[in-house]
Parts: sequence; C-alpha cells; structure tokens
Amino acid sequence: MDQMFFAAEVLLNGLMTGVMYALVALGFVLIFKASGVFNYAQGVLALFAALTLVGIQQGQVPFAHMINAMFGTHIEHFGWTVPSVLAILLTGAVMVLLAFLIEKLVLQHLIGQAPIILFMATIGLAYFLEGLGDVMWGADIKNLDVGLPQGISETIETATAEWFGYGFFIDRLDIWATLIAALLVAALVGFAQYTKQGRAMRAVADDHQAALSVGISLRFIWVMVWSIAGFVALVAGVMWGTKSGVQFSLSLIALKALPVLMLGGFTSIPGAIVGGLVIGVGEKLFEFFVGPMIGGATENWFAYVLALLFLVFRPQGLFGERIIERV
Amino acid sequence: MNQQTEITADGRQIGGTLMEMKNITLRFGGVEAIKNISFDIREGEIRAIIGPNGAGKSSMLNVISGFYVPQEGEVWFKGQRRGPMKPYQVARLGIARTFQNIALFDGMTVLDNIMTGRLNRMRAGFLSQALWWGAAEREEIENRERVERVIDFLEIQNIRKTPVGRLPYGLKKRVELARALAAEPQILLLDEPMAGMNVEEKEDMSRFVLDVNDEFGTTIALIEHDMGVVMDLSDRVVVMDYGRKIGDGTPDEVRNNQEVIDAYLGVAHD
Repeated sequence: MDQMFFAAEVLLNGLMTGVMYALVALGFVLIFKASGVFNYAQGVLALFAALTLVGIQQGQVPFAHMINAMFGTHIEHFGWTVPSVLAILLTGAVMVLLAFLIEKLVLQHLIGQAPIILFMATIGLAYFLEGLGDVMWGADIKNLDVGLPQGISETIETATAEWFGYGFFIDRLDIWATLIAALLVAALVGFAQYTKQGRAMRAVADDHQAALSVGISLRFIWVMVWSIAGFVALVAGVMWGTKSGVQFSLSLIALKALPVLMLGGFTSIPGAIVGGLVIGVGEKLFEFFVGPMIGGATENWFAYVLALLFLVFRPQGLFGERIIERV
Repeated sequence: MNQQTEITADGRQIGGTLMEMKNITLRFGGVEAIKNISFDIREGEIRAIIGPNGAGKSSMLNVISGFYVPQEGEVWFKGQRRGPMKPYQVARLGIARTFQNIALFDGMTVLDNIMTGRLNRMRAGFLSQALWWGAAEREEIENRERVERVIDFLEIQNIRKTPVGRLPYGLKKRVELARALAAEPQILLLDEPMAGMNVEEKEDMSRFVLDVNDEFGTTIALIEHDMGVVMDLSDRVVVMDYGRKIGDGTPDEVRNNQEVIDAYLGVAHD
C-alpha cells in the first residue's frame, strides 16, 4: 500500500517538475511560432533574467568588477535593497529593453535570411548574454528569494497522513510554480486568441507579406514576441532560481526543453505543456520503477531517449502542425 | 485634368483626384522597371493598369502599396505628398491590396483572415480587450458587422469557419478580396484578380469588382494582362510596355491607340 502512495507522490512531483519544463519550452514555442526561429538563447534569457532580478533586488552595482578593475575602486553595492515586486517589474522592463535591442541590432539586419542563419544568430546571442550576465552581475552562485514559500508543505503532509495514513511530501514552491504557470499559460492563450496584438502575432507567424498588407508592423510584433519570451524567461528564471540558486547551470534547463518540444511539437502551446508534463512524470516514474533495476541515474537521459523515439516515429511531435523542416 | 465630379453612364459618381503618381522611376540595379510614369486615380473610379508580361505593372502596384520605393518621382495621396513609407504604414492610410500569388494566413479560418483586415480599425486599449469590456466590446461588434456584410456580399458564408489552406484557388482569391474590403479602404489595389481563373470564375470576379465599386463606392486600381476583361470593367486604363506608359484613357481610346495595338499584337521590325 505504501508503495502505491509513494508512486502517487512521485507522480505528483513529476507533474510539478513537468510544469517547470513546460515553462521554459513555452518561450521557445512563442518565438518559433511568430518568427520561425528556434531561439537557442531562451535558456540564457532565463539565466540573465534571474541574474538581473537578484542584482536589482540586492542593490548590486552593474559591471562592478569591470569598474573596479579599471578604476581601482571597490564598489560592490549601492547599499540599498529593492522590494521583490518592484525588482520584478524593473527586471521585466530590462527584458523589454533587451527585446528591443535584439530586434534593432540583430534581427532587423537578418530579415529575409534563411531560418538557419537566424538560428546561428541566436547561438551567438546566447553566448553574448551569458558573458554579459557574468560581467554585469558577477559569476558567483546567488540565492534568489522573492518571497515565494518554500519547503515541504506541512498542511498537505498532515492532511494526507490523516486521510490515507501516508503523508505526501510536496514542496510548496512546486505548488506555487504550478499555479503561476497555469495563470501564465491562460493569459498567453487569451492574449493570442482574443486581442488585436495576438491576432497580429498569429498573422505574422503565417505570412509576412500578407501581414504587411493589412497594416501590421513586423518590427513591432517581433519586439513584442521577444518581450513576451523574455517575460516567460523571467518567470522560469524566478522558479528555477528559487529552487536551485542562480548559476550558470540554469541556462542548461533549456536543454531539457528540447525533448519537451520534440514531444509536444515546436508550434503548439498546449504541446509544450503536455510535453513538459509527460517528460516530468515520465522521468520520475521511470526512475522510480525501472531505475533500481538498472542502477539508477536514469533522469539524466530518459527525456532524450524518449525524444529520440519520437523523432523516429512521429517527428512532428504530439501536436505539431507539420514536420519541422525549418530547424 | 478634370477635377469636376462626373456621373458615369451607369449612374456612378466619380470625384476628383485621389491619388497621383508623378514621374515615377523605379530601378533594380541597372534595370529600369518603371520609366518616368505619371498618372492619376480619381475617387470612385475603376482604374486599370494593363500591359504585356514584364511591362512593370506589378512593380507599379508595389510602388503604390509601399512594397517598393521608387528612386525618382512623387506619390500624392489626397492632395498631400506621401513620404517614403513602409507597406504597413501605407495600409494604415487606407490602401488595401491583394496579391498576384495570394497571400493569406493559411492556418487561420476564413473569418479570422477577414478579421485581420480590421486590425487597423481597432483602437481599444489592451486591458479593455483582454477583459472584453467597454470600448473593446463595442468595437468587436462593429468590426464583426462590417465583416459579416463583406462575407454576405462576396457569398462566402458557407466557408467562414474553414481554414483557408483547404480552399480551392478561386475561393482563396475571393477571401483575399474580402480581407482587403474589410479594411474599408479608400483605394483597393487588385493585383491580377483574374489570373489563373477559368471563364466562369473570371465572370464571377468581374461581377464582384463592379459590385464592390458600385455598392461601397470604393476606388479600385487593378492590374491585368487580359485585355478583354479589363476593357469591360474599367473607367480608365493605363497601358504599360517595357516600363513605359504607352497609353492612358478610356477603354475605347486605348483600344484604338496604335502604340497599344503594336505592343499587344507585336509589330514587324525593319
């Protein structure tokens, strides 16, 4: 009996990890849908957002190391801290500015180029942002705390212990992450379906010429899409940063988003969510049931093997529109 | 140039100059696609630009709609000179167009496609739209009314929920026209609306073009290389050949113009 409950607990935890994967994958899907570009920099965008958030929150001086090295000064902090909500808003503004700069300095000059060129540009962008994050805010591991509750939820543990005689261990952060992700997804879907800008975004994704002819500015839409992707990256950065600290490895969660996208399809928002959940649950359950038989550590590769299988048998993913010839 | 309002034989009103092209020259590298061409479009008329393949008709349409910027010459719209503009800015001025090779949003339904034609008419704030409240609600109802009228008018009620990608060619052309019409344009530019159609479809399309002009009073500039269709449709015709203007006038005048006849039938060179 306990074994069954334990499995159920693993399943729940898997679902919640899956939500976090889906969050990162969403950023990819948004940009891919609107511009046909696979944005390799999405993971670094999340890292950069988290670094900036911590930096602003703790009143760090941007480029402190560089300034100190050049002028022999010893400045580190402004000496104030910024409330979480304000810091999040400011970081959001930074992400919009970044989106604007990316459009202005990179994308604008590559209009009409093949998708592979744009893809290469985002690889460059990823390395640039990684370096910029380091130079601006320092390379040390930082703790991110924006007031999200963390730790085992005792309410759930005692309640389930009373009902089932088995206390479920669930991290409160995971619960919050799930709620926030659900809200974010609902907002994004509402935006794409019911607002003028959302309609314009879908139009641009479909046909550039036609979009121009009905009066849509491609530049505006691209800045908007990258801003949204930046915002999604911020949310993902906050969640993962709170969970495991803000450090370089944060950008590697983007790698986990790849199998999620292969499962869900590169062009489908529901696909990103379902794909995230399937991988989250799949890797946890696989580790739980099969792991002990083959010596464990299956979480590192399970997602990729699953993605490989999908590539062989259903390359467009579960919800994808067509075979992706563009990446 | 006659600026007086005229009433045509079939009772339509044709007003003053709405758009004027002055000495337009467009080059692609060393090739002159348009050579020093001037003409005007009057309010309420159907103006055709015709010519053999490669005459520069589509280039001219692309200049009007802002997709190409001419190296020389001026475009005047409603008595004002139009500076260099992006296509989306031109669209916002009230100049809608269709494309020779159909540019529709294949993934969207017919209704959604036509609704994109209304994007420039939507002014409601972001929050209002998201919450579906106040200005946004009024606007959406207004926009839907116009769109429904266009759908009825072009007789595409039965396919309104069909994704455009699944439609046959002739219907796609009609949906594209509907999207342009939904914008309530001041000038409607049609790039070879009858290209690739059979006789019956051509007749349908001709009827729609005439009806649009009659019913909505829309000024229409269209490009065709099929002389027969154009002569029946248009009030005035510009004829182009090798980037030059070789004729301009009523269909009858153009038909009897020796240079035009030569361009179309070919002429013996010495």
